[in-house]
Amino acid sequence: MEQKSPMLQARDLRFRYDPERPDYAVDGVSLEVARGEFVAVLGANGCGKSTLAKHFNAILLPESGTVLVEGIDTRSEEHLYDIRQKAGMVFQNPDNQIVATIVEEDVAFALENLGVPTSEMRARVDEAMQLTGIYEYREKAPHKLSGGQKQRVAIAGVIAMRPDCLILDEATAMLDPRGRRAVMDTIRRLRESGITIVSITHYMEEAAQADRVLVMSHGRVVMEGTPEQVFSQTETLKGYHLDVPQAAELRDALAAAGLPLPEEVITPEACARALYELLR
Amino acid sequence: MSEIIRCEHLRYVYNPGLPDETVALNDVNFSIQEGDFVGIIGSTGSGKSTLIGHFNGLNRPTSGRILIDGRDMWSEGEDLRSFRFLVGLVFQYPEYQLFEETCARDIAFGPRNMGLEEAEIQRRVREAADFVGLAPELLERSPFELSGGQKRRVAIAGVMAMEPRILVLDEPAAGLDPEGRDTILNQIRAYHKKTGVTVVLVSHSMEDIAKYADKVLVMHRAGVAMYDTVENIFARAPELLDLGLSVPQVTQIFLRLKQMGLDIPTDVYTMPYAVKTVLKAWNARHPDRALPLERGDGHAS
Amino acid sequence: MLRDITIGQHFPGHSVLHRCDPRLKLVGVIAYIIVLFLASNPLGITLSLGMLVLLYGVARIPLRLILKSLKPIVPIILFTAVLNLFFISGEGEPLVQIWVLRIYREGVNYAVLMATRVVALIAGTSLLTYTTSPIVLTDAIESLLRPLQKLHFPVHELAMMMTIALRFIPTLIDETEKIMNAQKARGAKLDNGKFTERIQALIPILIPLFISAFRRADELAMAMECRCYHGGEGRTRLKVLRFGKLDVLCTLALVAMLAAILATKLLF
Repeated sequence: MEQKSPMLQARDLRFRYDPERPDYAVDGVSLEVARGEFVAVLGANGCGKSTLAKHFNAILLPESGTVLVEGIDTRSEEHLYDIRQKAGMVFQNPDNQIVATIVEEDVAFALENLGVPTSEMRARVDEAMQLTGIYEYREKAPHKLSGGQKQRVAIAGVIAMRPDCLILDEATAMLDPRGRRAVMDTIRRLRESGITIVSITHYMEEAAQADRVLVMSHGRVVMEGTPEQVFSQTETLKGYHLDVPQAAELRDALAAAGLPLPEEVITPEACARALYELLR
Repeated sequence: MSEIIRCEHLRYVYNPGLPDETVALNDVNFSIQEGDFVGIIGSTGSGKSTLIGHFNGLNRPTSGRILIDGRDMWSEGEDLRSFRFLVGLVFQYPEYQLFEETCARDIAFGPRNMGLEEAEIQRRVREAADFVGLAPELLERSPFELSGGQKRRVAIAGVMAMEPRILVLDEPAAGLDPEGRDTILNQIRAYHKKTGVTVVLVSHSMEDIAKYADKVLVMHRAGVAMYDTVENIFARAPELLDLGLSVPQVTQIFLRLKQMGLDIPTDVYTMPYAVKTVLKAWNARHPDRALPLERGDGHAS
Repeated sequence: MLRDITIGQHFPGHSVLHRCDPRLKLVGVIAYIIVLFLASNPLGITLSLGMLVLLYGVARIPLRLILKSLKPIVPIILFTAVLNLFFISGEGEPLVQIWVLRIYREGVNYAVLMATRVVALIAGTSLLTYTTSPIVLTDAIESLLRPLQKLHFPVHELAMMMTIALRFIPTLIDETEKIMNAQKARGAKLDNGKFTERIQALIPILIPLFISAFRRADELAMAMECRCYHGGEGRTRLKVLRFGKLDVLCTLALVAMLAAILATKLLF
């Protein structure tokens, strides 16, 4: 429909789990996510980032303010399944989001719910499994897979709906480095195919790959910008109980020792290049 | 210093004789000195978890033997349970094992199983809570009301309160935010410094291992691939990469510089040493604009 | 170890038995059980055992697996056999007499027959689960019960519950093992002690297990909602059960075999 409306939009969103108590989990957030963008959301535990994410999928509805998914208000009940289909969501624990006892059946779960005809389903399930690199495990039982594989099954289950946006709520937090790399590779591939990505994460290295980084604290967005801009403000980040990638830490330490590197140095690759220029 | 753990030709097979028979440990030999802080790294399935299960008798070697403080827990006349108190094991996501009504009672579970006097139990609960930075007023609260990071600390305190001679922690910081991560690992370091207890830290995070461990045991395909001081291990960074493991980001930077043709050491794994290395290289190339080195203090002691 | 339970385990394969319609297999097993009870004579039981050996051969499932799945119920079989041995009285002289207990020939026959029947029963039902994945079995149950939907029987909900239970059994078994290890590491005594002590020792296992199960349930429900789950209405399926030519053949073979076993009734 309206191709011009942003993928996700929140206007002065406020939400609290217990209306009796004064503390808001999300306390006046306004933001936009453009189509095709990769946005990382950072913040200490309890900063409201997961609560925010659940609003983009109409799992939670705002207490005040509005949330729009491709221009549709998440409060409009008749569009509930449109919204969930457009903005798919993947959670932290892969074990707790796989429903079926066989990989391909689980990937098909959403399509079965949406009433997609059986004849069309096969192709969409296969496509989703290939895109996430789990096609070879399609007949396996989920509990026989590694964490990274399971999480990609969960992603495939959402991708099968052909969403325009994928919201990852700490989807790599429980994985080992190899599983995390596989999931990040998958996310990169999905992004190249044009899917909007919103990733909530504790890993600064993952956030460094995003187009834009949002930092949340006490239910508000307190920092926003490109990863380079955000990770150049080490002290401010530490104030929000966050870290910077080690490359940025080295940049800061060298600057303190009298050897400044450019501010946009936040990845090992960029850091090595900058050092090479200095030292060759 | 004496040997607190010694593995000799340790071998462990899951489901022997069945189609899904797996050799989880094969001819593992190493020893840990009392008071060491040893990091164990290795990819999932390399045998790390099976190995630490042997330390307190949860797994029984298929062949070979393991000696704790010179004793073989599987030999005739040994009380297996006493080894559970000698080697405190903190599993991954230990907060999922909490069950008592109050944090204090949960922490007391281990000491109570040891059959200690009530006064001694209370002393240990307070001391363990202190090590992990749990405020005394939290001790009478239900563990289920606490935040994730606090629950984790209650669970770790529950093992510390047994006052083991060896504390083994499997990914104690998994799933925590950066601050929670640093807090817990710093508390473990402080505990190690203060009590002198041998600590074995299993982690996927090379940055954490580099920062906290003195010695590193690298597991690969059911065996020990490397076992050395942390400096010597990270000096072999390319080999670690060959084993499918990662190296700390700072190490990656120096490896990359070397690849680009720069003459620079690559055994860099801590921030202070990284800074010092860069400054040295800078001073060597620009003696006219030399910078003072004293900020970096070399290798972590 | 907890994982050693083989009842209800699935052994994937491509035999005729693996491929034929699960609804047929399910109905077949029920028919088999009924026949087993109707034709409880030596020849009937022997024939049913023969039929099982044949079917296990067709399915290429090693017979020693049956022994494994029988292991946990051996005490029950022995107990009933012993009871039968002593409580069936017969005509003529008892074979053995100990104090007031007499064992007659009829008792021995009956005890052997009953024990064999239980073995045949378990081996037969195990064959169903060995050759049919739980999810397919659930589909079969859902499909067979569908007529009840008109009577407002919650068929889809039942099937979904079974699927989720099947999906989470291995996860919760793993979890139980983890919690047990964690509590053992804190010195919990789990394997010995008096009955009351043992019950008490379960508390540190059961509470964390329940809490974790509830947490999982909560998260799973949310994940299902995210994937547009809204009950059985308007739902389509990836795999649709189809009763084919092979199934017709299998039905005929099955009917023939069961009829033969039933016919032994006429001889006794």
